[in-house]
Order: sequence, then C-alpha cells, then structure tokens
Amino acid sequence: MGNKQTVFTHEQLEEYQDNPFRQRIAQVFSQDGDGHMTLENFLDMFSVMSEMAPRDLKAYYAFKIYDFNNDDYICAWDLEQTVTRLTRGELSAEEVTLVCEKVLDEADSDHDGRLSLEDFQNMILRAPDFLSTFHIRI
Amino acid sequence: MGHGSHHKRLRGQKPCKVERPSQGMKKDRRTSPKAQRTPPKKEKIALRKETGKQAGKPRSTSVASSVSTGESLSEEEMAQILEQVEEKKKLIATMRNKPWPMAKKLRELREAQAFVEKYEGALGKGKGKHLYAYRMLMAKKWIKFKRDFDNFKTQCIPWEMKIKDIESHFGSSVASYFIFLRWMYGVNLVLFALIFGLVIIPEGYIKYSALFYGYYNNQRTIGWLRYRLPMAYFMVGVSVFGYSLMIVIRSMASNTQGSTGEGESDNFTFSFKMFTSWDYLIGNSETADNKYVSITTSFKESIVDEQESNKEENIHLTRFLRVLANFLILCCLCGSGYLIYFVVKRSQEFSKMQNVSWYERNEVEIVMSLLGMFCPPLFETIAALENYHPRTGLKWQLGRIFALFLGNLYTFLLALMDDVHLKLSNEEKIKNITHWTLFNYYNSSGGNESVPRPPPHPADVPRGSCWETAVGIEFMRLTVSDMLVTYLTILVGDFLRACFVRFMNHCWCWDLEAGFPSYAEFDISGNVLGLIFNQGMIWMGSFYAPGLVGINVLRLLTSMYFQCWAVMSSNVPHERVFKASRSNNFYMGLLLLVLFLSLLPVAYTVMSLPPSFDCGPFSGKNRMYDVLHETIENDFPKFLGKIFAFLANPGLIIPAILLMFLAIYYLNSVSKSLSRANAQLRKKIQAHGAKSTHPAVWVMDLTKMYSFVDTVQKKLDSVPHPITNL
Repeated sequence: MGNKQTVFTHEQLEEYQDNPFRQRIAQVFSQDGDGHMTLENFLDMFSVMSEMAPRDLKAYYAFKIYDFNNDDYICAWDLEQTVTRLTRGELSAEEVTLVCEKVLDEADSDHDGRLSLEDFQNMILRAPDFLSTFHIRI
Repeated sequence: MGHGSHHKRLRGQKPCKVERPSQGMKKDRRTSPKAQRTPPKKEKIALRKETGKQAGKPRSTSVASSVSTGESLSEEEMAQILEQVEEKKKLIATMRNKPWPMAKKLRELREAQAFVEKYEGALGKGKGKHLYAYRMLMAKKWIKFKRDFDNFKTQCIPWEMKIKDIESHFGSSVASYFIFLRWMYGVNLVLFALIFGLVIIPEGYIKYSALFYGYYNNQRTIGWLRYRLPMAYFMVGVSVFGYSLMIVIRSMASNTQGSTGEGESDNFTFSFKMFTSWDYLIGNSETADNKYVSITTSFKESIVDEQESNKEENIHLTRFLRVLANFLILCCLCGSGYLIYFVVKRSQEFSKMQNVSWYERNEVEIVMSLLGMFCPPLFETIAALENYHPRTGLKWQLGRIFALFLGNLYTFLLALMDDVHLKLSNEEKIKNITHWTLFNYYNSSGGNESVPRPPPHPADVPRGSCWETAVGIEFMRLTVSDMLVTYLTILVGDFLRACFVRFMNHCWCWDLEAGFPSYAEFDISGNVLGLIFNQGMIWMGSFYAPGLVGINVLRLLTSMYFQCWAVMSSNVPHERVFKASRSNNFYMGLLLLVLFLSLLPVAYTVMSLPPSFDCGPFSGKNRMYDVLHETIENDFPKFLGKIFAFLANPGLIIPAILLMFLAIYYLNSVSKSLSRANAQLRKKIQAHGAKSTHPAVWVMDLTKMYSFVDTVQKKLDSVPHPITNL
C-alpha cells in the first residue's frame, strides 16, 4: 500500500481481487461494517485467511461472510445470492432454486428453513477442501 | 525496561495491564537480567506460539511482592503459581482459535507473556526458550519449503493448464480421457527407457533396423563388458509386463483408497459446491473466468445427477426396449466377427498368389479400422433406446466397443498364428539346406588347413524366414494404420464437419447448427477404448519389435497436442454434462484385462514355439526360456544353481501359492471389518450432529469424535491392501 494511510477503503480492495465475495469480506472484517478497514482489521483478515488459522475459526468467519443480511442465519435469500455470484448469473432461475433447496435439504438439521451457525459448522468441518480454498497467501 | 520498549514498538496501543505491579517490575531488574534482552525477541515472536514459561497470577500482588523481594516460596504458593502458569500457557496456546478482534487478542497475549516472563527467574525454569523459538522458526521454514516443493512438483506436470482449460469448458468426464492419456504417456515413456537403455543401446548402431527382433545377435556376451544380450532381452521382455502390471494395480489401489472416506460427502454435494468451490487464492482475471465457468459446469453436472435420480420410469417398456437394444447389438457384433474371419481367410489365399495389389495386401487392416470407425456410432444410436443415466450409458457403450475390439484383435492373432506355423514348418527344410551349404563351403577349401576360411557372405547362404520379425512387422503395420485412421477420423469427422457447419450455414436450407449435422461432441468411450487397445497391441508386439514402444511414445505425444487442439476448436460440450465416475477404476480395470489378454499370446509363444534357427538373440536354442538355464549354469556360482533348482520344485511352489491365498483372505477380512467399524462411527456422528447444544461444547465434542474417526481411518489405511499389499 506504500503510503502511510491508516484506513484502507474498500474501493482499493476491489482492484485486487476477482473474488465474488470481496465486498462481503470487506464488510465482515471492517470496524463498523461499512467496508473500511484499519490496520488491525487488515491483520485480522489475513490472520483468519492464512494457512495457519485453525478450522473452527475459519468456519466461524466463513459463516459471517456468507450471511449477506447479517441476521446470524443463512436463509434462502443468502443462498441465492451466493449461487448467483458464483456462477455470474449463468444458471436459470429454476436451477438456482433447485440448488438452494438441495443445500437446505442437506445441511439444515433443525429444519427451520435456514442454516444456523451450528448447521453450517457441522457441514463445513467435513468438507475436504475447505481449508485449501478458504485461504489467502501473502 | 521491558515494558517501556513494548510501548515504543506498538504506537497508539493502550497501555498494558501489567503496569499495575510496578514495584515488582522495577525490582525485576535485579532478579532477571535476561529479561532485558528478551523483550525485542519477544516482539518478533509475539504473534506466534509462546514458549512454555512459568508465570504467576497477575492480580495477586502479595505473591508478586514476596517473589520480588527474593523470599523463598512456600509449598502452596508454588502450587498456586504452577496452576496459574498452566492457565496462562493454555490461553497463549489457544489464542489463535478465539474469534476475538485483533486488538483484544494482542492485549491478552501481551498480558500473559509478560506474566510468564516475570516469574521465570523465580521458579528457575524457562531455559528452553531460545531453543523453542529456534524450533518454531525451523518449523515455519520447513512448512514453507514443503509448500514450495509441492508447487514445483505441480508445475512439472505436463499439460496441466491445457487439461484444466478443457475441464472447465467440457466437464470432468471429457477431461478424464486426457488425464488417462497423459498417464499412459508416462507409462510408455518408462517402458521405452527400459527397452532403449538395456537392449537397443548395447547392441550398437550398425545394420538396418534396431526396431525388430531379427536385428539382434545371438552372441552370448557382447563387448568388453561381457553384457549378456540374450539374457537382457528376455528379462526386459518379462519386466515390461511386470512393470505395467504393477503400475496398473497400484493406480487402482490408490483410487480405491481415496474413495473410502467419500461415502459421507455424498450427503453434502451441493453444500460443498456452494461454500468451498471458490478458490480465494485466485488473483488473475483469466483464471477467475475459467473458475467461474468450471463452477457453473459443476453445478450443472450435479443438477443433471439430481434430475436423473428423480425421474420416474415405466418399468416394463424400459425393460423391453433394453432387451431389444442388446439383441440388436449382439447381432452387429456377430456380423463384424464373421466379416473379419472371412477377410482373414481371403488374405491367406492372397499371400499364395503373385502380384497382389496394395489393397489386397492390406485388406485385413483396412477392414479392421473401418469396423472400428463405424460400429461405435451405430452402437450409440441403438443405445438411445435404453434411456440410461449418461454415466451408466457410457459404461455400457465402453463394454460393447470392448467386445468389438476384442473380437477383432483375437481374430487377427489367430491369422497371425497360422502364418507363424507355416513359417516354422518351412524352417526345417531351409535349415537342412543351410547346414549342407556351410558344410560344403568349409570342406571344399583347396589347400591350407592351417588357416580357417573366413565365413561366407550372408547373401550366399539361404536364410530361414524369421517368423519373429514377421510378427513384429505385422504389429508395427497395425499400429501405424490405427494411428493414421484415428487422426483422419478426427480431421474429417470433427474438424471438417465443424468448418462445413460454420461456413455453409448461412447458405443452407435448414439450420445446420441446430439440426443435422451440427457440431460433434467429444466421443469419450471410443477414444478411451482406442487408447486401451492400442496399448494392448503395443504390449503384445513389444517382445518381437522392441522399437514399437518408442513409436508409441511419439504417437501419444502427437495425440495429446492434436486432440487437445481438436477438442477446443471443433467440439461442443455434451448437452447433458455429467460428472466422471469418482474413481478412475473402470478404465483401469479394462486396462488390466487387456494387459492379461495381451500377455497370453506372448507367454504362449515363448513357452511353446521354437525360435528361428538363424536370427535373433535366441537362435539355435530349443526354447526361448533356455537362456535362463544357461545363464544360471554358466554365470552364477554352483550353489546358486542348486538353490534355484530347489526353489523350482513343485513341492515348494504349491504350498507357497496356498499361503498367499490365505494371506489375501485374511487381509481382506481385516479390511472389511475395519470398514464396517468406520461406517458405524460415521452414522453415530451424524446422529449426534442432529442434537443442538451450546455451540462451543458441541464443536469440541465433534472434534473429539472426528479425531477418533481419524485414528480408525489411519488404522484402516495402514492395513495393506489385500491384493497389492501396498
């Protein structure tokens, strides 16, 4: 970053990634949830995303990233958002709905129509490539 | 002192709580001079795991002051301090796992560390600090080195980017063909190196062609190193099959091992795709584009799978149609078998005639290639009646084409055997003639008995027809024609068709792209089987034409580039993109079968046919394997010969075979019982997961369960596979 700024704006972050979740990452790790990060937030982010971070910690933050409306639950709308961003709108509406239904089917163990933190952690801790994909190297 | 420097380093941070027992701090200057040196080092490793040091309770100033004044501590105070030390150590060790913001973490960490440092001198421990820091540094360097080495190894894999490209556009099933092709290329390269290094090079560069068997001399030893060429030739032939067998079985075993843990992830296919498919390491926009395409394709694959499993079927109609389709295909297979038989019989008549045209000489190969080109699409059209899931349909298609190729190959071999027997029967006559000619030549010399005559020019002596070379030539011709036909098919069937559809579309009556003929889809089954049978022919022919493997290496290399180009330029993805089966074992199983089938003719000829009397490394012997006897008798010490004779006794071999069977049975049952235990544990975990307790406790329990399952899994992995023992 070069100059001695103390606040890292989320416009600067966008230039650096093609990541579909870049805005969410900035929002989750920023001080006041608006996407502007201080040095400490920056350190936080890289510490969570590094390869030395433990699995549970990553799962916790992954949950926060995928929870678009910040209501502590991943509901169907959050899932739709995720799928649309991942496929850049290539899937048709029925396909998107089918995928979201299947995910809720598979992971929602208390059957309340949305994923709580426990459901999410239960599912993600069994994923074989979670650690290798949820990882940024500096 | 220490804490002053702490403040200097991290600007703008709040002062630490450890300021409070300030009296103790000042006194510390006397008690632990080491502490002055350590703060800088501590800063460096402040964010890493802390060493195990002793520390005391921060809030109990009484204990602090008693320590700082140098009084000896009583028993209970020691115990208290130790307990608090453990607490602090635990906190430092688990600091990473806490989902606190960075500021809070740093604060707590510094507090605990200063604590630990403060009481270090008092309790007389903590000498291992430097060593521990050094070890942590080395551990980090080692992790980095391993990662760099893994990256390097991945970069060395050839054609990885090409295959990833194809995978993201066409799906994993099409890409699996190219991965298989690359693996075959590797195997052939090793075989070629074996043959080239141990047989072709020692013989030298003279004469016409090192490609064929007849080129090799039957001298027992050659050169000043006394390299035993005939023995080497035989052993290399055996080891070609041995190595191929070993590598195919190893590949199958590693595929099965990878999939034992995957039964349960079937439960979370869509969830995993959604939450773990994006790779956060991607920083290049082109790679990101490819990733988006591949994620979309992968979602589509899973959707197809899902829809297939939900389809409803009319059982009776489906069954009837399937029986009908199988019957039709059986008729086709019989028809093609008869056609080949007919053509082979005709070619035997042709060989007796003079003045055969080019077509008549090559009729057999042409007919075989044409059948191989037209029957598979025919099978596919008939198979449309069956209405299977694409993956099952692919397997049926593979099976049928396999039967077709097998019939063709064995008919070809039978024809070849006839030819060989004919040659052998002629050999007797020629042998006699040669013998008498040489006898007369050496005895009819006019005068000097003292100087032996030089051997006659080879052209003056009638040579036997070298049947092994003839066989080698046949295989070579078959391979070359097969290769040409494949490339031609791709050029005409895919590329020209694509050109035609693309350029003639605007001046044609109907829409060429949507209707007939449209763009071609990549024919996975035809290509995979072509590859497998090509390899089978190479295995069969390599004993008689050692250079065949080299030609195959070249062929595979050109195939890789040519087909990658053809796929990207003229093919379209399948309408229903489906995921390749999880393990590659189906292809490997076919390859194994073909390996055994190609071993049979070679073993038969080595064991039962006499080699030609005047050409090749085994000429003059009664059977080819006699070279083994010879080597053992002449080159090894006497007692080894006795040992080998003893080992070859059937009385010893049969019990050994029985023992091996028993070992296989035992390992198999152990493996099964561990698998069952594993499955039960997994079920337990799933049932446990349905309960909802406090998240932290719940995650801890789950972690314990997982570590237990991991131990069982490790035990399972450490049991050697029943067949391969790997």
